[in-house]
Formats: sequence, structure tokens, C-alpha cells
Amino acid sequence: MIGGLFIYNHKGEVLISRVYRDDIGRNAVDAFRVNVIHARQQVRSPVTNIARTSFFHVKRSNIWLAAVTKQNVNAAMVFEFLYKMCDVMTAYFGKISEENIKNNFVLIYELLDEILDFGYPQNSETGALKTFITQTGIKSQSKEEQSQITSQVTGQIGWRREGIKYRRNELFLDVLESVNLLMSPQGQVLSAHVSGRVVMKSYLSGMPECKFGMNDKIVIDKQGKGGEGATGQSIAIDDCTFHQCVRLSKFDAERSISFIPPDGECELMRYRTTKDIILPFRVIPLVREVGRTKLEVKVVIKSNFKPSLLAQKIEVRIPTPLNTSGVQVICMKGKAKYKASENAIVWKIKRMAGMKESQISAEIELLPTNDKKKWARPPISMNFEVPFAPSGLKVRYLKVFEPKLNYSDHDVIKWVRYIGRSGIYETRC
Amino acid sequence: MEWANQLCENRQFGSKMTDSKYFTTTKKGEIFELKAELNSDKKEKKKEAVKKVIASMTVGKDVSALFPDVVNCMQTDNLELKKLVYLYLMNYAKSQPDMAIMAVNTFVKDCEDANPLIRALAVRTMGCIRVDKITEYLCEPLRKCLKDEDPYVRKTAAVCVAKLHDINAQLVEDQGFLDTLKDLISDSNPMVVANAVAALSEIAESHPNSNLLDLNPQSINKLLTALNECTEWGQIFILDCLANYTPRDDRESQSICERVTPRLSHANSAVVLSAVKVLMKFMEMLPKDLDYYSTLLKKLAPPLVTLLSAEPELQYVALRNINLIVQKRPEILKHEMKVFFVKYNDPIYVKLEKLDIMIRLASQANIAQVLAELKEYATEVDVDFVRKAVRAIGRCAIKVEQSAERCVSTLLDLIQTKVNYVVQEAIVVIKDIFRKYPNKYESVIATLCENLDSLDEPEARAAMIWIVGEYAERIDNADELLESFLEGFHDESTQVQLQLLTAIVKLFLKKPTETQELVQQVLSLATQDSDNPDLRDRGYIYWRLLSTDPVAAKEVVLAEKPLISEETDLIEPTLLEELICHIGTLASVYHKPPSAFVEGSRGVMHKRLPARTGSGESTESPDVGTAAGGSAPEAAPSIIPSQGDLLGDLLNLDMAPPTTSGPPPPTTGMQMGGMDLLGGGLDSLLGGDIGGSPAMGAGFGAAPAVMPASLNAPVGGGLGDLFDLGGVGMPMGAYIPPKIVWLPAMKAKGLEISGTFARRAGVIQMELILTNKAMSVMTDFAIQFNRNSFGLAPAGPLQVLTPLGPNQTIEVSLPLSTVGPVMKMDPLNNLQVAVKNNIDVFYFSCQYPISMLFVEDGKMERQVFLATWKDIPNDNESQFQIKDCHLNSDAASSKLQGSNIFTIAKRTVEGQDMLYMSIKLSNGIWVLAELRVQAGNSNYTISLKCRAPEVSQCVFQCYEAVLKN
Repeated sequence: MIGGLFIYNHKGEVLISRVYRDDIGRNAVDAFRVNVIHARQQVRSPVTNIARTSFFHVKRSNIWLAAVTKQNVNAAMVFEFLYKMCDVMTAYFGKISEENIKNNFVLIYELLDEILDFGYPQNSETGALKTFITQTGIKSQSKEEQSQITSQVTGQIGWRREGIKYRRNELFLDVLESVNLLMSPQGQVLSAHVSGRVVMKSYLSGMPECKFGMNDKIVIDKQGKGGEGATGQSIAIDDCTFHQCVRLSKFDAERSISFIPPDGECELMRYRTTKDIILPFRVIPLVREVGRTKLEVKVVIKSNFKPSLLAQKIEVRIPTPLNTSGVQVICMKGKAKYKASENAIVWKIKRMAGMKESQISAEIELLPTNDKKKWARPPISMNFEVPFAPSGLKVRYLKVFEPKLNYSDHDVIKWVRYIGRSGIYETRC
Repeated sequence: MEWANQLCENRQFGSKMTDSKYFTTTKKGEIFELKAELNSDKKEKKKEAVKKVIASMTVGKDVSALFPDVVNCMQTDNLELKKLVYLYLMNYAKSQPDMAIMAVNTFVKDCEDANPLIRALAVRTMGCIRVDKITEYLCEPLRKCLKDEDPYVRKTAAVCVAKLHDINAQLVEDQGFLDTLKDLISDSNPMVVANAVAALSEIAESHPNSNLLDLNPQSINKLLTALNECTEWGQIFILDCLANYTPRDDRESQSICERVTPRLSHANSAVVLSAVKVLMKFMEMLPKDLDYYSTLLKKLAPPLVTLLSAEPELQYVALRNINLIVQKRPEILKHEMKVFFVKYNDPIYVKLEKLDIMIRLASQANIAQVLAELKEYATEVDVDFVRKAVRAIGRCAIKVEQSAERCVSTLLDLIQTKVNYVVQEAIVVIKDIFRKYPNKYESVIATLCENLDSLDEPEARAAMIWIVGEYAERIDNADELLESFLEGFHDESTQVQLQLLTAIVKLFLKKPTETQELVQQVLSLATQDSDNPDLRDRGYIYWRLLSTDPVAAKEVVLAEKPLISEETDLIEPTLLEELICHIGTLASVYHKPPSAFVEGSRGVMHKRLPARTGSGESTESPDVGTAAGGSAPEAAPSIIPSQGDLLGDLLNLDMAPPTTSGPPPPTTGMQMGGMDLLGGGLDSLLGGDIGGSPAMGAGFGAAPAVMPASLNAPVGGGLGDLFDLGGVGMPMGAYIPPKIVWLPAMKAKGLEISGTFARRAGVIQMELILTNKAMSVMTDFAIQFNRNSFGLAPAGPLQVLTPLGPNQTIEVSLPLSTVGPVMKMDPLNNLQVAVKNNIDVFYFSCQYPISMLFVEDGKMERQVFLATWKDIPNDNESQFQIKDCHLNSDAASSKLQGSNIFTIAKRTVEGQDMLYMSIKLSNGIWVLAELRVQAGNSNYTISLKCRAPEVSQCVFQCYEAVLKN
């Protein structure tokens, strides 16, 4: 199991050091600093073995978190734990920075004591932790409160406490998708997939039992046999994963998504689709080398969705060679600029309706070089945001039952929103 | 403390007073000041002071001098302060054991506190203090906490047992904590169960032989129930523990799989990977024709792909594991090539791993896409990545024949870029392509030669030299090219020197007239001026060959080369199996067994996949079961009765013995019939049947008979059958287990090996049947053993002199010695074997009956026996039952004697025959046995005593095998 956990600043100075196992000595702290943080080369692996000691690290801005062990631990678990640790810290004091860590070092030690025992991760749900690890010092608790805390931390529903009350029962569902594309210069889709998340923010009283339904092809087809359903389109989900509140065995057996949500925000589900993806934009590049000192670039983008919808925050990034000396750009819409520090022409359009098309052309002047190596031509990438789900996912229902309290599904105010963003959306040129 | 000072400056801007101020205490005499503050009456001040102490501790400053003062602050009702003091204690208690004892009282008191959080905190902290004196006091509170009414305290106490075990294992056992811990597996609270499982698994790891985690269908059921309810981390502990279980049959295996599959949809990647591990392992036991088997295969792909959308570090772990999974079960991900395409922004470690998997998945169906991608990657920036991409193109050419042409032209394009390392890498792979497809792409040689000057890496230079030498007749200026390398001969690396020597000899043999001078030059450079023995020896060999028999030299040097294999970098199968059992862990990331990077006793236990048939035998060949219809029990495909086997050998002795120069052409057995009937035949006849003649035995061992059989000889087969019948009347010999398939053809590119072990006249023989089920001829066989428990090693080379044609079978017996290097194996009688032929090296492992090691002089004197029996402690005695054996004691005794198990005395007590026997192993270990045979009862009882009790189990197995056959 995890033998110790260290947090370093960008210089390699220790901010937090907590050792759980006897086989990890103080010299491990230095070994990581010398061999990884101070190593001048790029990180070649997130797992490093130095003198039979293994170090797992992740970086958040310029803070290094490293878990150390001498055993054959579950590597995936260690990384999951480090990410969780970051989430917990963020939930407690915001951004992970040197300043914040120093300001909260007592709290961090307290958290580390609680969520990692002898190197074994324990309950790390912030909802539960916040009930008994507080920055304001311990409140005096009644006996009932204490046992409520412990049963919640260890119980089946470790992510929600009892006795939550709201005057207005309300929930928000966000379907957030990122659409990824790799396209060849000829317009052939090399790979495309949507990775989506359903984020739920709930303000519900008691212990509400929820059931979530969407236009999952498997479910619709099953119902379709009964004669109804089959209206509208269904989507084929390649794979999905759920927040720990979702009953997985029930999903496996009936493909129904039922759960008692944590209070506040949680990521209910992640999913991935690869079929019938609506690609919101198409990029058509044309790069022509005119002699050795000039490049002509023309890029057309076409929006491919309902004309009534508006895409926002559109940005097209056209890479330029390292030896670029000057660029002239003409674009029909939006603004375009050559950014020498980023080696790219950045073309921004605030809004664009569906079924439209826009174009940019640029002349790039190059300094003659004697470098034999050709320019690698990185792909043209794109960013955007559209108000629909490119996978075609639709929320069909989210039913809420709270057997003990007297509010029904109809009393809950529900909001659903779809946002499609670009993930890695690239077209080779 | 630099940053602490810097922070001080920052604080001048910030107005907020926060905890970071504690990091700024750098002035002299601070310890003194802190001491005063710690003893202050004001609670706030105390707390501030402790915070400062902890901050100093974090940055590595020694504040142990404050120990008594800090411990004094422990008695407080302020939980935050208490936690800080505990943190301090954990750090320094070890250096101040005497003072640490001061804290014990508070701990014990806290363990009784009304607040469960404080009880748990106390027991948690106490376990982290590694001071013997404190540990003693820990026992009572811990015992109470293990039975606490509050689950939070129980789950903390469960982990505490593991902590205590780490400090003092004996204490934990004596105090009976292990039993309490086992009880917690049935606890009503899922988190308690999970922590108990984690603690027990860890303790069990340091006691490989203990039956601590007594996993049985009932406890498994409990674990599976808890799995649905506990936290994500708990699920990981439980799944990792489940993976150590071996289900009794395929039914149980399937039902566990069914209950584990829902975990594949968990958001936590570690849960998913651990579930994959359980499934991959238990799948081994499922019959392949089962519908559920294919359903399961289909279910595995999507979650594995999803892992690739995790954060990069997890992607890396996932990819390393997928690399193993793809090697073990390529069918799972064969349609998912696209997801492994490299993204421009992937970190380099993710890119390299993806590339590796892409090559493994490349097939005719997707090769066009793969090549387009690889070409793209070859223009990237990272040198390692580009090199690997170029190399990958070459591997594609070799793997998918249809793509070879396109690959070659892609490589040529890349050479045109003139990027130094790209060119070098391309030349190295083109050499392999030439070897795989001779006489097809030599037209590109001219282009390659243009780049001769830019090669500065040994591997590329060697590859280029090889090409020039190999195709010297097509390159007009081959002599000039090679001569140019010769100038700096001594500065080259060995690889290049060797290659250059061979290339020039090749050139000379092809164009003798123009290159005489050159060859003399290189021979003298290699033999006279070099102090590298390899180079010198090779030089001398060529020299002699050339001077004595140029024709022979031509045959040797310009011989047709064996084809190269398609797959490279495959992990050796036994290691792969072990790594599959470690999916998700560090071992799977390093692709090394845990013993390679874990110190001490942990992780020494080798994990193996369960066998489909359920028998301990032939774990290597789970695929055998398919032919026999899935769950057929004990599928040993080619059973040849031992006696008939011997006669079969006799009949087939008419094959070529080692004759004169050069490998003889492939031939059928009948053509060469009768050539050496007497020589080999008599040896084998005498050696096999007249036991106890050491001289004959030795002679036999020294000149191993070569007994290649040919399936094409129907007459021989018929006679063999005839003799089979006659075999009944033969005298009783040593027990020889039937031959079983050790290496199935599909795992070894068409080479099937089955075999058994026999002891004939004091010589251990490994009897092998090699069958070529591939389309091409196999030659150049060789064999090697891994180190094993009894130092078994081949006593001579594997004598397969004739090339083995398609569909031909050859029988070989290989004499073994017991003087090889020793390493304890698990199971003890496991033998790992590597067999090489012109195609590749293949690995398999098999188990030999330990009776092969029973030596002929194993009869002990009666007195010695008595004394030894008494002398060996009773702890070393183990008892076994042999069921359903219908021999009387005399018959059993004589049968056992055939296998060098000698009866020393016999006693009859109340109708029960007691046989006392002795056995001596080849390494001098004596095993004493008492066999009880009761008339009318077919169950024997056997007690074994030995100074090395670990052999008892194997010896018992031999008894069983000998008596029942």
C-alpha cells in the first residue's frame, strides 16, 4: 500500500510530508526531488522506480503530489487516490497552489490522517468529510450527531447525510459533451468520439430515490417491442461509468439508472459514443507552399447544425512554421491574429449560426533556413461551444421519490441543459 | 527554508494571517521560544506553538527536543490540537521510546472515550507508533475496539491489526487478533468488511503458506455482497482479494464473473481494472464454447477503451495493462485499433505505449489506416517516438505480408527526409524486411547505399554492412563500401566489427578474385589485433574454413537463413500469465514480476492462472481443452503406454545417427531403415530394461540415442502396435507418466511438443515428441532449462539432426543431469523449458514426477532408518491418504521398488501391514515413509518424514501415480 505522500512546490521543496509505512525513510523525499523534479528532461513516465522505491506523481499547476511505496501496490488505485486528494483539497480551499497549501497545512494533515490509514484509502467523499473535518475547529457534537457522522462515513450511503431539508426542491441536469475529431486533409474522418458527462446539481430534501432515463438505444429497443417509445432517435452508447451512488448491479441487469444522489453537485455519469455523431463543424484546409519562403493557407469552416441554433466561442488555430517572419490574414468573419509566441494564427468568431460557412486566407512568409528537416505540419485545431449534444443524447426523465417526506415528483423543479464543446477537434493539413 | 523566507515577503502584501505564518520561524533560539509557548497556560497559544512545531517537522527540521512539552499538550478536549500532537508523536516516538511511554495513558483513556471519532483516532495513532513498549499496551484497547459498537471504530481497528502485525507478527498471532479479524469479514458494515479484507490480504502476503484468507464459496459470497455496498476503495480491496481465489469449477467461476461484471461501469478506473483482473483470471476456467464466454469477451472491450479517456497518468497504467491483455487475448480489442491512435497532445509516455499496442493490433484488415498513422508520427518532434514509429512500420511489413510493399515505399520516403535518426532506424528495419521477404525488395539497395555516410549508430552501421555483404553480388562497389568501414575497424563497436568480418567473408566467397586482399586484411585485424575473444574466434573459424575447404565455407557462410518471426517483443508466456494475475498493480506497469522490485518476503509468491481442466497439470495449455470439447477432464491428447513407448523407440531406431558433414536432406524413415539397428537398439534395450547396471546406464547417457520417428512410416506404426500387446509380459520397470502436450502448436507457431520423463538405468530422460504442424520446415532445434528445484539440466544437446518437415513427428529422448543451477520452484517439481528452432524461441513449463530423482542406492540400513526416523522432528511428518488402491502390500512393495522406493521392513499389526520405506533423492535428501495397508480396505495411509518437508507433497503424488498405474 501507499507508504508515504509528499507534496512539493515547483522548486522541489517539501510542503507536506506524511509517511505511513516504516519502509519509507526521509531520504525518499530527496530521491524524488533529485531524480524527478530536478531532472532536466521531460517526464518520461508518471511512475518512477528509484532504488526499489516506486514514486507515483501527478502535477497540478506547479505543485507536485507524489505517492511512494516499496510494495506491489495497485497502481491505478494510487493515481485515482491522488486525483481524489486533489479534488478534496480543491473542495476545501480552492485552487491547489503553494500559498493555499501552506495556509491549510494543518487541515491537509488532518485530511491525510482521515482518508489514508496505513496507506489504505478510506472514505474520501467531501460531503461526508466536511461534516467532521472543518477548518473552524471541532464543534461540540451531541452523541446522536457523532454516531450519525460515523455511520455516514462507513455506511452504505457514505455520500449523503440524513436530515437534509430544502424549502424548494430543485435539481439541475447538465449534459456536457466534448466532441473529438481527427480528420484527414481530404475530409475523411479518421476517428471521432464523444465523451460526455451528466452532471447533476440537486437540492432535494431527505433521502430521495432517483431514476434517470435517456434515449439509450438498448432501453428504447426493449420498450419498442411493447409498441410505444420508438419516437425520436435513440443513441448507441459504447460504454458508460457511474458515480458510486448509482446501483451498478441494477444497471447491469435492467439497464436502469437508479440512485440516491449526494447533496449538491455530482458527476452522475460519464459515457462515450462513436456512432452517428453530429460533427458541428467541418474544417477544410488548403496549404500551398510557394517556393521556399512562402506558404499560402486557406481554411474554410462550415457549421453543420440547425440554422436556429448558435455556436459560440469559436476559435480556429492554424499552426505556422517556426521560421515564420510575417503573416497577412484576411477573414470574412470574426478576428484573426498571428501569435508568434504560439506559432499559430488564431481566428476567433464570437457567434455563428448553423448551416453557414466562413473562410480565412493567409499568406505566411518564411525566413530561408538551411534546416533540412521539413516542417511537421501540426493539425489545425478548433474550439467551440454549441447548445446541443453532438452525440444526440436526450434526457427522457429524472424521477424523484422520497417515501418519507411529503413531496412528490411533480413538486420538484427540474432544469436540463445541453452543452457540446470541442474536445480535441483536429484536422490534418 | 528558502520558500519560507520568500513567503515572509509575500506576507507583507497579504494582510490575512493564515497558517502559512508557521513556516516562517527560522530564527535562532526558536526551540527555546517554542518550549515556552508550549507550556503556556493559554490554549490558543499552545495550539499555535504545536502548529509551528509541525511546520518545522514537515520541512525536515529536527524538533524532537520538544518531545515532553508536546506530549504534555495531548491531554486536551480540543480535537484539532490532539490530532496535531498525535502527528508529532507518530514522527518522533521511535527516536524517543522512553518518553513516548508517557503518552500511553492518554491513548488508553481515549480508547474509552464516549466519542467514537476519538476512540478511532486513538487506536489509529497508537498503531502507527512503532515502539515495543507501547505495542504491549495497545493490545487490550485494540481488542475492545475490534468489537466496538461503532462501525467507524471497527473499521479503524481492522487496519490497526495490520499495523501491529507489521511491528510484531508474533504478538498478533498470540493475541488471537487474526481470528477476530477473520470474523470481521462477516461484519454487517461494508466498510469494516473491506478494511478487514485489506488487512488480511496484507498479512497473508507475508505468510505465503498460511491459510489466513480462507476463501471458500461462503466467504466469497459475503465478499461479493459487500462489493455492492462499500466505497470505491473498499471495492478495490475486495476485488484484489477475489483475484487470489481459485473457483472449484467453471460454474462457480461463471457465477462470480456475473457478479463482478457490473463493476466495469464504475467511474473509478482502479475498480474497473481490478474487475478486469478477476474476469481475465476466472475466464481461463470457462469453456470456450460457452455462450457466456463470448458475452464476457464482448463486455471487456468498452470499459478498457473508456480507460483511455481518463487522466494521462491513469491512461498510462491502463495502456501498460492493455498491452498485456492484448497479448493474452488479442480477440478482445482487435476491432478497437482507432482508439489507440496517438493524439498530438498526449504526453510522450502515453504516445509510446499506444504505439506499442497499435503494432500488436495491426492486421490485414486495418493495416492501411495504421500505416497512414505511422507515417504521420514519423514526422513528429520527439526522437524516441519517431524512432519507434519508424521501427513500427518495419514491424508491420513483417507482420502483414500484404502491406510489405507499401511499408517499404513509406520507409524509402522517410529515408529521403535525410533526418539522421530516421534514416538509421529505417535501415535497421529494412534489413529485417530483406530477411523476411528474400529477393523481393533488393531494388532499394542503391538508395540505402547513398546514406552510408550519415550512419553513426552501431546498430544502423551493422545493419547496413549486413545488407552490403548479403547482396554483394548486386552492388558493384561492395568492396569499396566495406573497405571504407575497415579503416576505422578498431573504433567500431563489437556488433559492427563482427558484422563487418562476416560481410567481407561473404563478399570474398561471392567475388573471390577481386577481394582476396580485403579478406586477408579483415582476418588479420580480427585475429591478431583484436582482444575481443568473440571476434577472434569468429575470425579464426572463417580463416580455417577458407583455407581448408572453401566449398564447405560457402555452405556455411552463405547458407540459407532461417526466416524471422512475425511477432517481436512478446512477453514470455509464464511471465505473461503471472502479470495477468497482477493487472492494475505496479507489476503490470513495470511488466516485471513483483519479486523483481519488492524487497523481502512480500510478493515472492508467484501467481498463476487457473487451469481450465482443474488439474494441476499443463497450466500452459488451456487451449487443449477446446479440442476435447471444453471441460473434458484431464485432456492428455497423446497417451502412449509406457511399455509400448519403449518398444516403439526400438522399432524407430533405424533413423540416421549423427553422420558426416552438413545436415542431411529431409527424408522419410523407411529409406534409411536398418542402418544402425544394432548400435542404438541394443543400448536402448539394455538401458531400459535391465535396471541397476550402472556401466550400461552411463554408456547410454553419454551417447544418447537419437530416435526420430516418422509418421509417414505406416509399417513402423503397425509394428509398434503389435509390440504394444506384447508389452504386458515385460518386467516391472519404473513408472513413467503418459505423455501429455506441453506446448500446443498454436502457441509455438506450429511446433507441438508433448512428452514425459523417465528414469532408465539411473539416467533421467526427458522424452519428447516434436510435431511440426506448420507449413514450413523446422531446423536448428535446441533446448534449455530454467534453473529449477533439483538442478535438472540437459546432459547433452537436443539431437534433432534431420529437418522436421510439415506434418512430421520426431521422438527424441534427452538425457538429463542434476548438476545444473538450483532455484526453488513453485510447485517444487516445476520445470521451465525453452525450445528454440529456426523460427523462434518458445517457452513452456511442465512438471516432472519427483520419482525421476529417486536414486538406485536409496535403500537405507534398518538401524539407520530407525535412528533417522526418530531424529526427524514430528513437525516434519505429513500424512496422506491413497484411495482406491487394490494391491496387496507385497505387490505394492515390488511396484514401488521399480521406482527406487525401497521397502526396508514390514510389520503386521492387527491385520494391518506396515511397510517402512526409504527414498533418496538425487540431491541427497532422504525421505522416510510408513505405508499402512489394511486387508480389505482400498485406502492406504502414508506418513512421510523428511528433513525438507516441502518435498513430501511431491513424493506423495509419486506414490499415488506409481501405485495406481
